[in-house]
Amino acid sequence: MAYFNELYSGTKSLFIGMGITIKEFFKPVVTLQYPHESLTMTARFRGHIELVRDLESGGNKCIVCGMCQKACPSGCITGNGEKREGVKGKVLTEYTLDFTKCSLCGMCVESCKPAAIQFSKDYNLAGPSREAYIYDLLKRLEEQK
Amino acid sequence: MTTELIRLLAFLVGIIAFAALNAAYLVWVERKGAAHFQRRIGPKEVGPYGLLQPLADGAKLMSKQLLIPDGVDPILFKIAPLMVLVPAVMSFVTIPFGEHLAARNIDLGLLMVFAFASINVLGLLLGSWGSANKYAVIAAARVISQNIAYEIPMLLTAIALVMATNTMNLNEMVSLQGGGFWHWNLIKLTFTASPLTPIAFLIFFTTMLAETNRAPFDMAEAESELVAGSFTEYSGMGFGVFFMGEYANIVIGAALTTVLFLGGWQSPLPFLPNSVVWFLMKMYVIIFTVVWIRWTFPRTQFYALLNLSWKVLIPISLVNLIVTAGWLKVF
Amino acid sequence: MSADVIDKSLETFVLNLGPQHPATHGVLRVKLTMDGEYIVHAEPVLGYIHRMHEKMGENRTWAQFMPNTGRLDYLAALSYNHGYAMAAERAEGIEVPERAEYIRCITVELNRIASHLLWFGAFVLDLGGFTPLLYAFDDREQILDLLESVTGARLTFCYFRFGGVYNDIDDNFITGTREFIKRLRSRMPMYHDLVTNNIILIKRLKGIGPISQEMCRRYGATGPVLRGSGVNFDVRKHEPYSVYPEFDFDIPVYTDCDSMARYMVRMDEMEQSMRIIEQGLDKLPEGPVMAAKAPKILKPAKGDYYCAVEAARGSFGIRLVSDGTNTPYRLKLRSPTFSNLSLFAEACQGMLLPDALALMGTLDLVIPEIDR
Repeated sequence: MAYFNELYSGTKSLFIGMGITIKEFFKPVVTLQYPHESLTMTARFRGHIELVRDLESGGNKCIVCGMCQKACPSGCITGNGEKREGVKGKVLTEYTLDFTKCSLCGMCVESCKPAAIQFSKDYNLAGPSREAYIYDLLKRLEEQK
Repeated sequence: MTTELIRLLAFLVGIIAFAALNAAYLVWVERKGAAHFQRRIGPKEVGPYGLLQPLADGAKLMSKQLLIPDGVDPILFKIAPLMVLVPAVMSFVTIPFGEHLAARNIDLGLLMVFAFASINVLGLLLGSWGSANKYAVIAAARVISQNIAYEIPMLLTAIALVMATNTMNLNEMVSLQGGGFWHWNLIKLTFTASPLTPIAFLIFFTTMLAETNRAPFDMAEAESELVAGSFTEYSGMGFGVFFMGEYANIVIGAALTTVLFLGGWQSPLPFLPNSVVWFLMKMYVIIFTVVWIRWTFPRTQFYALLNLSWKVLIPISLVNLIVTAGWLKVF
Repeated sequence: MSADVIDKSLETFVLNLGPQHPATHGVLRVKLTMDGEYIVHAEPVLGYIHRMHEKMGENRTWAQFMPNTGRLDYLAALSYNHGYAMAAERAEGIEVPERAEYIRCITVELNRIASHLLWFGAFVLDLGGFTPLLYAFDDREQILDLLESVTGARLTFCYFRFGGVYNDIDDNFITGTREFIKRLRSRMPMYHDLVTNNIILIKRLKGIGPISQEMCRRYGATGPVLRGSGVNFDVRKHEPYSVYPEFDFDIPVYTDCDSMARYMVRMDEMEQSMRIIEQGLDKLPEGPVMAAKAPKILKPAKGDYYCAVEAARGSFGIRLVSDGTNTPYRLKLRSPTFSNLSLFAEACQGMLLPDALALMGTLDLVIPEIDR
């Protein structure tokens, strides 16, 4: 009897399973057709970092304190600055991000006192070579004008 | 004489074209079907609705190198894919697509299909053995015992049908099912031969899945266990031909189920004309069910599969055979 | 377990399962000595994705190790964040605001559900069923979307900080989470009908792959593997941390010791996690999410600190040895799947290959966490 019971309940379970999949078959698709459609990233999305534009001066907000460089666990940030006459503090002359090493942890953004860096919303990055991922963020900021 | 020759040639070309086209487009059906069962879209980039995808796949497979690894038996390795494909194509010879649309109307048609169907296992075994791969050999051992186990209930249910219909000629078998869907063997025999016929149909369908190595009985491939089972070492068109063979086998299985149980080219309602369209429709419904099953269930465990055959399918089909015999004797 | 245990009279062969094999989910390699389809002897080979996380920890400041914790078990990264943050807080003596603790518990439990959903899908995939994986992914995406809106990442989270969390959660997250729980509650019966009650699956899991309590103890197995063997142990209950004592939830325990028991433990755990999240959202207090007095640069007093959390795969322990400088002197990670995997060699002896793979699936291995 147990044999027939199992046979019955087993066969029934198979038909229940098929019922579920056929119901799903006629439901609309849930996927996004990526290269044709894409999502806008949420406000907190952590892409690679970029410099924030200073709305007053049009340049960057960096004070070349070097905190981001120190905070970075992987050492991907190189920043340099120089003293210029007539300008208070240092002026940023170089800011490169070696994205090949970056793990997008956000330690740099957190450590930045003047909030001079932020996460970009770029996520579909592709490049032909390793060098393509060494970003000159200062140049990037200028090009964004 | 010449008309006979032309007829044969036409059918040869027709059958090969039909088998190849089906094999190619069943891949598309499978991918599209799988996608929608999983609420995706599936192939869509190559041509409208991805309809040119099989061509692209074919071009890709053909342009790939036929890699023959060290240590394989080169002859067996090369011949095995053909041994899967050719018998499958041969089985089409006797399938009655329409009332007068069969390459050969053989009196022992049913027997011939079964005879050819059992060759493809041999192809899988030789290919696996020849490729000298441990995963492949394990898969081959599984496939052989699986096919032996499942051929028995398949033949037993077929015998019961033959007893009831008194013929092994597939075209004749279809002719006997004319006049509306209640004359189909699935329903008709339930009253005239054996009330177990719907169960026999389920058994036949299950064994058909197993014989064609389809999920949930896909021991020949068993992707997550045996990498790619029998096909592990195959690349390019070697793999492609195996695949075509597999799909041709599914078409044969579905066609045979249609002929035996669902009235072949007979229309479901008496006032509609009989036509090859009905045959194709029924066949593709069955094929869709096969796809549907594949994308629903996990794979059976190997010994559970053998248990299912020896402990469930064979006893029940034997009972069906006896009931049929008794029924025919009494009424 | 040396090679001479193997009976020489058997005609055996060696099968290399992995490091490239669909069922090992990563770069695990298992050297199997097989007698036909029966496993005579198994030897897991590790190290294909060893990244020296422990050594890296010794060369970084305390805070800089935080991103690494998200890369151990990338499927339940927040639990590992939590473990490390708590260990360091314990060392430094930082009090975490209550709201932050609630947020931690809510996000960790969400992450646990995501991890179990992925396990569920991948496990059924191991057994040859493809479709449930995609359904589970559909639900998991919802969690990832929620977590992304808070943490900014989808997989390798780095959200907790010493003294709190990085960002506060907003109303969108709260309503989104409530909606998600409603959705998953309605989906669970579907999963059970489609997979759990399926006769094929039952046949493959019931009574297969027994792991006795004694074996679990010997190898130090934790998490669902242990609970599937009838031991009621969950760090959240037995060594309470964070605000878990405030929540009312059960520890699912099954005594069958087979693959089905481990499967059921995880399925039930998802329900319990949903309960925790709901309670957490109800009780969520107002307040800061970062301790006011949390130091920017950690320099814990000399000493030896240990902290364990219940990650999705079992008890994750982290031992910190501080010599009073701004880098750890020693950082030891006790990863649950390492212990869980080590019992595989013994447990799978005499099993058929597909059964052993089902057993391996129920261990829920994440290879980067084993190798570290």
